[in-house]
Amino acid sequence: MALSASQLNVGDSYSEQIVDDLTRTQIVQYAGASGDYNPVHTDEKFVTEVAGYPTVFAHGMLTMGMTGRMVTNYVGDGRLTYYGVRFTSQVWPGDTLTAKAEVADIRDEDGQKLVDLTITTTNQDDRPVLTGQATARLDD
Amino acid sequence: MAVERFPVEASHILMFARSIGDTNPIYSDPEYAAGTEVGSIIAPPTFAQSSAQFDPDYFLRPKPDKKWFGSGRTASGTLVRDLSEADGNDVKDEREDDKQSGSAAGGLHAEQHFTYHRHLKPGDVLHTVTYDGERWEKQSKRAGILKFSEAVTEYRDEDDELVITAKGVGVVTEKVIDN
Repeated sequence: MALSASQLNVGDSYSEQIVDDLTRTQIVQYAGASGDYNPVHTDEKFVTEVAGYPTVFAHGMLTMGMTGRMVTNYVGDGRLTYYGVRFTSQVWPGDTLTAKAEVADIRDEDGQKLVDLTITTTNQDDRPVLTGQATARLDD
Repeated sequence: MAVERFPVEASHILMFARSIGDTNPIYSDPEYAAGTEVGSIIAPPTFAQSSAQFDPDYFLRPKPDKKWFGSGRTASGTLVRDLSEADGNDVKDEREDDKQSGSAAGGLHAEQHFTYHRHLKPGDVLHTVTYDGERWEKQSKRAGILKFSEAVTEYRDEDDELVITAKGVGVVTEKVIDN
């Protein structure tokens, strides 16, 4: 279901818990689907002994993908014209993430109503792990 | 970094959607999708990134004829010596990936942006063109000198129409960041 410009206001927001207790297996699953087999995400021995991290960590793109689910659930399927993020902190196994979209602007471009969203995904300690923006087409 | 042929397939979309925990039937059920505004299965917004599967030289996929930097007999297949024999900091990693830009190569993924001209669907056959964008440096208290590099990838269809423009920013840090 798409959003209507007439029913939307700047400051409106929508949020979802996008993962509860992220598992190493889901990170492996994302590696397989995306094709990004960087061992920092899946290989405990490599990541602790060679790369020097405490354990494996999620692909930024997994967090962006899970956050994208919240965005498309809000704006509707096939409605995005832009989605961009910055990865602000690492995501670790065991993390629980909540993604939030807030309406920053509702505008008109060549007769098409658009919404600009500000996106923030935070972990269980309220630390932002991803910040970004999205733009989607609205119904009138 | 160019991908000559990226066929968008329903089973790949299904696997990708599962991996991000998205059970929306628009990614898996053709009958449901036929009754929606988009009219067919589409791909999730970040799916284009999995074009890496179709890049024959993609450096973050192990290849049968090449040493892989993940663990096997030793903690890294490309380490000069086994870490268990190492007595100091003289262990070198022979990775050659630090020439890559705009990606997580030898560093971390800092930003990713997608501009959608339309959404991907099964049956699309895309090709990509990647070019380097800006490069810059920043000083950080937590990680030392940060070196950023940008890469722009255009995803085009068989009519050479632009479907998605992607911009990735990679960062190489001086020190390990573990929060």
